[in-house]
Amino acid sequence: MTAASGSGLRRDLALKRPDDVYNAIVDAHRDLDDAACRAFDARLILLLANQVGDDAAVLAAIDAARETA
Amino acid sequence: MGSYAYRAYPYRRPPELDGTATRRGVTIVGAGLAGPTLALLLARHGVPSLLLDEDDTVSVGSRSICQAKHTLEVWDQIGVAAPVVAKGVTWDQGEVLLGERPIYRFHLQPEPGHKFPAFVNLQQYYVEEYLYARCLAEPLIELRPRHKVVGIDNGAEGVTLSVETPDGTVPIVSDWVVACDGVRSAIRRLLDLPFPGEVFDDRFLIADIRLRAELPAERRFWFYPPFHPTNSVLMHRQADDVLRVDFQLGRDADPVEEAKPENVDRRLRGMFGPDAEWEHEWTSVYTFTCRSLDRFVHGRTIFAGDSAHVVSPFGARGGNSGVDDVDNLAWKLARVVRGESFQALLDSYDIERRAAARENIRQSTRSTDFITPKFAASRVFRDATLALARDYPFARAFLNSGRLSVATAAPGSPLSTPDIDADWTGGPAPGEPMIDAPHTNRWLIDQVGKGFALLAFDADGLRPPRDVTVVALSASGVAARRYGAAPGTVYLIRPDRYVAARWRQPNDAVIEKAWRRACGEGRAS
Repeated sequence: MTAASGSGLRRDLALKRPDDVYNAIVDAHRDLDDAACRAFDARLILLLANQVGDDAAVLAAIDAARETA
Repeated sequence: MGSYAYRAYPYRRPPELDGTATRRGVTIVGAGLAGPTLALLLARHGVPSLLLDEDDTVSVGSRSICQAKHTLEVWDQIGVAAPVVAKGVTWDQGEVLLGERPIYRFHLQPEPGHKFPAFVNLQQYYVEEYLYARCLAEPLIELRPRHKVVGIDNGAEGVTLSVETPDGTVPIVSDWVVACDGVRSAIRRLLDLPFPGEVFDDRFLIADIRLRAELPAERRFWFYPPFHPTNSVLMHRQADDVLRVDFQLGRDADPVEEAKPENVDRRLRGMFGPDAEWEHEWTSVYTFTCRSLDRFVHGRTIFAGDSAHVVSPFGARGGNSGVDDVDNLAWKLARVVRGESFQALLDSYDIERRAAARENIRQSTRSTDFITPKFAASRVFRDATLALARDYPFARAFLNSGRLSVATAAPGSPLSTPDIDADWTGGPAPGEPMIDAPHTNRWLIDQVGKGFALLAFDADGLRPPRDVTVVALSASGVAARRYGAAPGTVYLIRPDRYVAARWRQPNDAVIEKAWRRACGEGRAS
């Protein structure tokens, strides 16, 4: 069993306004070139990783993202 | 170049040339930081040693400058910490800057009540001078300059070294040889031992200068400073108003060009401004590697310090881990030489210090990867961390300009007795270093002596094994808090000041059993 499926990474929806959040993420990249996008995403990932506040969940999310590719 | 007055330590014609060879107990090869420290620690245990060095001076160049707390605690056992602290620059704070802006400050030892600070910066040549002075005053140590090892026969019953001197080459036969002969170890090469590891491409420039200015007694690390906008710069103060400035040059830098005084001066001028004046102490353009031997104990030849493992300089883990190696080794080798423990006790040196080397390499590699990112995304996340660190304190934990050396734990050591009580909420676990604390107007680390010790927190009536010191402590107070102690708590401390075992309410039998285990008994070898 992989960490993504076994260690508490949620698969159900946790957000109240998913369309708003999704579009906010995409829109934040609208005027950025590729380098600026990468920098933005890195800052966002680090902010969110800390906000999650659960080392195992962050590591599971990394596995999940890798395996979904 | 340089203000330090080098003296030549006296060479004498080796008596082996005139037919008076005597078999040696312990021969130590290399008189840098680790070798003389080992000789002095062995002497403290009553074990004589022969200490060979291929030249007759102390370290050329300031080299290893950040002497860590745990190293000072080792040197305190042999009378060297006091002169190092007196001469050096004490510091325990630092600052990380992005461009011109400080993004955060750190404090390595915010809590008072320790005999030694987190770090004392002192040039390696001074430290070696103090070590040599102690060695020359110690009747159990024979320090021989200008003795260069050119051959070795590493036999099962003894080791024969071929040693070249100005008067000829002599054989020296010993029960044990400890190779403290540095990153280019002749003994490692003569035994044809592989030294695997990782090579890093980035070049760095050390410029040690005497600068007439008020210098901060702290570590400063710049990412992208205006005076060196493409890379990083590290700055440390040393004794005699000497400043170490370490410029990251990148992979394509030309080491010959970069070391030219006019080019070094141009960089320094950009950093210190048009009016600053300085003299050069030492300049070095370097790259580094992280390497480790697969085993540190090869029969009767034992490796310690840079001969066994090397790391990048970020984190001050080179010289300090060499001192830790010999602190770990000295009491074990002394017990084996005196016939108190089986030779198998030395296996624990190999296990514990290889684990420490792995940890130092892991930490050092992570710091290096942050400072010199190896691929594009690594740099993107590094720069994202820097961008967040000023306003978001959590990001400072990701920021890695060097994780500074602390004593390395030895989890899972064969000498440790695992906890049997479940209610430990604090204090050093078995395999971790003891923690200093104030103790009756002195310090706890002064109380434990050179052998094993029991820290007894309101635990009376203990009948310890022979030669085990009992340190009576209150179950309330700073020491009790640092050890998570309640009335009846007992810690068994090894001679290198590591925790071997701990209990809430032990009887004499379990203490004796743990002590035997820590001496290398009670397991198959």
